[in-house]
Amino acid sequence: MEPLHRHFEQEIETLRETILRLGGLVEEAIGRALIALVQRDDAVARAVVEADNAVDRLELQIDGHCMEILALHQPFARDLRFVTTAMKITTDLERIADLAVNMCERATELNREPQLKPFIDIPLMGQRAQEMVRGALNAFVRQDALAARQVIAMDDELDARMEQIFRELVSYMLERPDSITRALRLTFVAKYLERMGDQATNICEQVVYMVEGQVIKHPGVAGVRRDDDGA
Amino acid sequence: MPDSDVETQPAPAVAPPPGAPHPVIVHPVLRVDHLSLWYGTAQALHDISLDIPDKRITAFIGPSGCGKSTLLRCFNRLNDLIDSVRIEGGIEFEGASIQAPEVDTNHLRRRIGMVFQKSNPFPKSIFENVAYGPRVHGMRRRRDLDDTVERSLRSAALWDEVKDRLEDSALGLSGGQQQRLCIARALAVEPEVILLDEPCSALDPVATARIEELMVELKDRYTLIIVTHNMQQASRVSDFTAFLYLGRLVEYGETQRIFINPHMKQTEDYITGRFG
Repeated sequence: MEPLHRHFEQEIETLRETILRLGGLVEEAIGRALIALVQRDDAVARAVVEADNAVDRLELQIDGHCMEILALHQPFARDLRFVTTAMKITTDLERIADLAVNMCERATELNREPQLKPFIDIPLMGQRAQEMVRGALNAFVRQDALAARQVIAMDDELDARMEQIFRELVSYMLERPDSITRALRLTFVAKYLERMGDQATNICEQVVYMVEGQVIKHPGVAGVRRDDDGA
Repeated sequence: MPDSDVETQPAPAVAPPPGAPHPVIVHPVLRVDHLSLWYGTAQALHDISLDIPDKRITAFIGPSGCGKSTLLRCFNRLNDLIDSVRIEGGIEFEGASIQAPEVDTNHLRRRIGMVFQKSNPFPKSIFENVAYGPRVHGMRRRRDLDDTVERSLRSAALWDEVKDRLEDSALGLSGGQQQRLCIARALAVEPEVILLDEPCSALDPVATARIEELMVELKDRYTLIIVTHNMQQASRVSDFTAFLYLGRLVEYGETQRIFINPHMKQTEDYITGRFG
């Protein structure tokens, strides 16, 4: 269908591109945070922390652009769902970047002490988290609800790995009290990666809503309307 | 938001025409049943069925020539005034056909009033514009007329602006005031349904906002059906929205669903401005 409002289409396209740029920065932050941790590289960790400013700026830019589109164009239907989705997933993406920064902070702390154990599961978790974020962004850009659902299904694996790492680190702590500080920091890292999966899941749930108009999050309270009193 | 007396639920498997499911209106005030209409040989409405909920605002939207005004004018048989019109199918108003030969159209048009795009006050005083209908229907006592005029003007949110100049000509009022006077005139004969055909298209945003506020106030007591080109207006004021295209009812549903998540591609393309 030939659009009547080229100007509006252009606004939507620009918004989509800005979100992709944000997504690219976020993916990169996860990858570099893993390098900072696994290769014990403080310089890379610092670079991730510094790059977070760009992420924050893009978040504000996207928020402002969404508000502008809502106020000036008053979109309906799929356009409305696109803009509200953009606003919500931007918050998720920015949170993921913050988690990468948190990872780098823990990495810097860990780098001051001898390595506790070889990294096996955490890099795997990191790869998975990165794949989920990339998959979520692709699903958003391609408006692909099926792909979004496939990404959501990956989250269980991340949760299971987190549990496994937690158990392993607890056993370290029980055996060697001098490992507690490092083991706790690593537990945090695993938790950050697990949270990234949750944020990617949020994005994908929002993508399904954007594409199908179906709310799939919180299935236990589905069908809530504005006038429900929550009782 | 619909309250408990207009229950909506997924439509039963047998009822809806092809396409999107219709809302199930439990106590419709008007029922349109397989309605088709021709102007001469040109078919303007194609097999339309929908129920209009009581004491709600229903909006008809669609591009020019889609049949929304034609459909609106079927409800008080204004199309009767056009010789070449032929109608098939039926419309029931509170359970009785409005097309039956014994139906008195004057009586029908009292119960189903209408407000037009261009305000059309009589070239008489403000008072006489409102008192005209009740007089025609037999009201004679001055006190009754005074009461009716005041009540109607108050209901139309015009009383405070005109109470000191009721004997002035209605033609001296602003466009927005004239339109509210026309609404007061429609209310004076105590209708049950008010049809509004593009009531704000000639008004500025402030006058438009007044009429929209008024509509929301009136729906406690009246059923309103509005034809509008203004999608924001339909989304702001109506409870249910019907989208018509090329004389066919494409989609009908609760307004918030139609504007957030329409089921039909044609509806979506229209309300997102991708055709029109």
